[in-house]
Amino acid sequence: MALSQVNVELTGADIVIRCLQDEGVEHVFGYPGGAALHIYDAIFKQDKVKHILVRHEQGAAHAADGYARATGRPGVVLVTSGPGITNAVTGIATAYMDSIPMVILSGQVPTHLIGDDAFQEVDAVGITRPCVKHNFLVRDVKDLALTIKKAFYLASTGRPGPVHVDIPKDVTAHKTKYHYPKSAKMRSYNPVTRGHPGQIKKAVELMLSAKRPMIYSGGGVVLDEGSEALTELVQLLGYPCTNTLMGLGAYPATDPLFVGMLGMHGTYEANMAMHDCDVLVAIGARFDDRITGDLNKFCPYARIIHVDVDPSSIAKNVPVDVPIVGSARSVLKEMITLIRAAERKPDEEAIKAWWKQIQAWRAVDCLSYDHKSKLIKPQYVLETLYQITGGDAIVTSDVGQHQMWAAQFYKFTKPRRWINSGGLGTMGFGLPAAMGVQIAYPDETVVCVTGEASILMCIQELSTCKQYDLPIKIVNLNNRYMGMVRQWQEFFYDRRYSHTYMDALPDFCKVAESFGHVGMYIEKPGDVEGACKEAMKIKDRLVFMDFITDQTENVYPMIAAGKGHNEMHLSPSAGEAPPARELA
Amino acid sequence: MRHIISILLENEAGALSRVANMFSARGYNIDSLSVAPTEDATLSRMTLVTRGSDDVIEQITKQLHKLVEVVKLSDLTEGRHIEREMMLIKVRAVGDARAEAKRLVDIFRGRVIDVTETTYAIELTGTGEKLDAFVEAIRGVGIIELARSGASGIARGEKGLRV
Repeated sequence: MALSQVNVELTGADIVIRCLQDEGVEHVFGYPGGAALHIYDAIFKQDKVKHILVRHEQGAAHAADGYARATGRPGVVLVTSGPGITNAVTGIATAYMDSIPMVILSGQVPTHLIGDDAFQEVDAVGITRPCVKHNFLVRDVKDLALTIKKAFYLASTGRPGPVHVDIPKDVTAHKTKYHYPKSAKMRSYNPVTRGHPGQIKKAVELMLSAKRPMIYSGGGVVLDEGSEALTELVQLLGYPCTNTLMGLGAYPATDPLFVGMLGMHGTYEANMAMHDCDVLVAIGARFDDRITGDLNKFCPYARIIHVDVDPSSIAKNVPVDVPIVGSARSVLKEMITLIRAAERKPDEEAIKAWWKQIQAWRAVDCLSYDHKSKLIKPQYVLETLYQITGGDAIVTSDVGQHQMWAAQFYKFTKPRRWINSGGLGTMGFGLPAAMGVQIAYPDETVVCVTGEASILMCIQELSTCKQYDLPIKIVNLNNRYMGMVRQWQEFFYDRRYSHTYMDALPDFCKVAESFGHVGMYIEKPGDVEGACKEAMKIKDRLVFMDFITDQTENVYPMIAAGKGHNEMHLSPSAGEAPPARELA
Repeated sequence: MRHIISILLENEAGALSRVANMFSARGYNIDSLSVAPTEDATLSRMTLVTRGSDDVIEQITKQLHKLVEVVKLSDLTEGRHIEREMMLIKVRAVGDARAEAKRLVDIFRGRVIDVTETTYAIELTGTGEKLDAFVEAIRGVGIIELARSGASGIARGEKGLRV
C-alpha cells in the first residue's frame, strides 16, 4: 500500500493539508469561503490538523499569533480570497511588527480570472506585501509543497515574521505527486546566527569596564529562547536589567536586579538608569520611539552595544559603538563564556555606588497609587490578579491603559507569558490571542486583560470561545472611556475629550451570558479579591469580569513626547524625585 | 550624496514591486531605476540611483538585503565604476535647426536613428551628466519627446557582482 501511495497524485488542496501535517501543525485558525472550499474539503477528510473556526478573519490572525507567541511555533491561518484576506491584514501587520512567526494561507480566485476583477478577488499579495516577511502567489500545483516549506522556513528563522501564501482555487483542484521537502534552502536568504567573535570580545571588555552599566533586553530575547542565558548573564555581572514591553518575562520581574520596564510608561528607576548609564547593552531590542523618548536626549553618557539578528535594526535609530549581528541566545552564551574566563571582573566599588543611586530612584515608588479610593483602581485589580494567580497565568492584553497597568503590575517571571501587541498597538488583539494561547495550553490559566473599548473590537470571538470551550478569564477594566486617548486629551488637549467617551455600552455580563459564558459585575474595591478568586475557581468556563473602575485614573509615570528619560512625569502619589546630578 | 546601487535579484513576479515598495514605505528617494534579466535567466540585475546621507544609504542597503528575493548587492559609488545611460530623443529638424541638430549630435557622439522631413530621432549614450548637457544644448532646437533608460553601471577591473 505504501508503495502504491507514492505514485498517487494528490489535489492541491490535499497537498496543503499534507504539508501542514508533515510540518507538525496541530491547529489552524480560519474561516471558509468560496476560493478556499477545496482546502476546507481536504480538512474535513482528515483529523490530524484541527481547524478552529473563528468569527472574523482578524480573530483568526490574532489567535494564530497568540498561539505562536505562547509556544514559539509558527501560528497558521487559513482564509478565503477577497474580504477573507483583507480582514486578516490587521492581524498579519500586528504579527509583522512584533516579529511573530506565522504562515497565512489564503484562497484566491482561479488563475484564469486573476486580474479580471472577479468575485471576491483582491490583489492579496499586493496588499500584504508591506506587512509580511515574504509572500508567494502559487501558480502551479507542482510548486505548492516547496512553497509551503519555504513559508515555514522563512517564518521561523532569522528575524521571524508572518509569511503569506496565496493559492488560486484551480491550483487546489489540480493534481500532482506529493513530496514534502526536508529543507528549503534559498540562495538569497541566509540568516546570520552566530555573532562575530571579535565583536563579542570587544563588547565583553566594554561591559567589564563599565561603572554605570545597564542591560536593556527586548522581544528578540523571548523569540530566540534567550531568557535563561540573559538571566545568567545579568546575575553573573550583577548589573541592572530592564525589559521592553515586548521583552517582559525574559528576566524574572521579582528579582532585585530587575528595575522594571523602560520607556514611555516604564519605571522611574529604569528610565533614570538608562539616562545616566555609561555602558548600555541592548539585546534583541530595536530602540523603538516608545522606548527612547527624544533621540537627542537618549543615553547621553553611554557607549552602546547592540545585539540583534536583523542587521537593519542596528544603528537604525541610534548610533552604536559595538554592533553585533547574531541570534540573541548564542551571543549571550558566548558573552557568558568570555566573562567567566576574563581576568577582569566588574568594578565592584563603582557598581555598588551605581546600585545605591538606583535604589534612591527606586525609593520614589513610581507605581504607587491611591489605595484608599472608594472607586476600584485599575492598578489594584492587576495587583490582586497577580496575587490570586500566583503570577502564573498567561496574560494577553489589548491596547491602552489596561495594557500598561498589566505590564507594570503583573510581575512576569517566565518568557512567553505576556502576550500583547507592542509594535502595531492593535485594539481587539487580546481576546482572540487568548484563544490561541488557551488552545495551545488547555490546562493553563489564560487571562485577557482588556478595556471596554478594546474588547468590543473583537467581541464576536466570545462565540468561538463557546464552541471550543475555552475557559479564558476576561478582566475588563471598564472606565467608560478610551482611557489612553482620554489621558492624552487630559494632558495635552486641555481636557477636550473628543470622542473618547463610550456612552452606549452594553451590559457586558449579559453579553457574556448570551454567548453562554459567566458574567461578573464588580464595582466595589472590597469585592475585587473575592471576584478574582471565584472566577479562577471556575475552571471549565469562560468568565467575563466587568470591573467598573475609576474613570479619572492615569498611567504613571510617563515620558511625554519630546522629553528624555530623565524628564518623567510622576504620579501625584509618588515620592519626591531625588535632585538631578551632574555626570562626567 | 548620490549613490548607484547594483542589485542581483531573483527574476520572480513581485520582486521589483518589493524593492519599489520598500523605498516608498520608508520614505527613500529613487532617482532612477532600471532592471532586466541577466545572462542567467533566473536573475535580474537592477541599477538604482538614490540620494541620502551615509546613515540613510546604510539603511537602504540593509533594508534591500533584508528582502528575501535580493541575492546580492553592491554600492558602486564605493569604488571605481563605469556608469552609462541611454536616451532616445526626438527633435524638430526644419530649416537652420536641422543642421544645428546634426552638429550637436556629432559633438556629443550621438546617432540619428530615424529621419523624417521635419524630425530627427537621436540615440545618445553616456553618463547622466552628459545626457543632461545634451538636453540643455538641444532644447533651443525644439524637443518633441525624450525617453531615458535610467543609469546602468558596473565596477571597473576584475571585480564583478555575481552569485
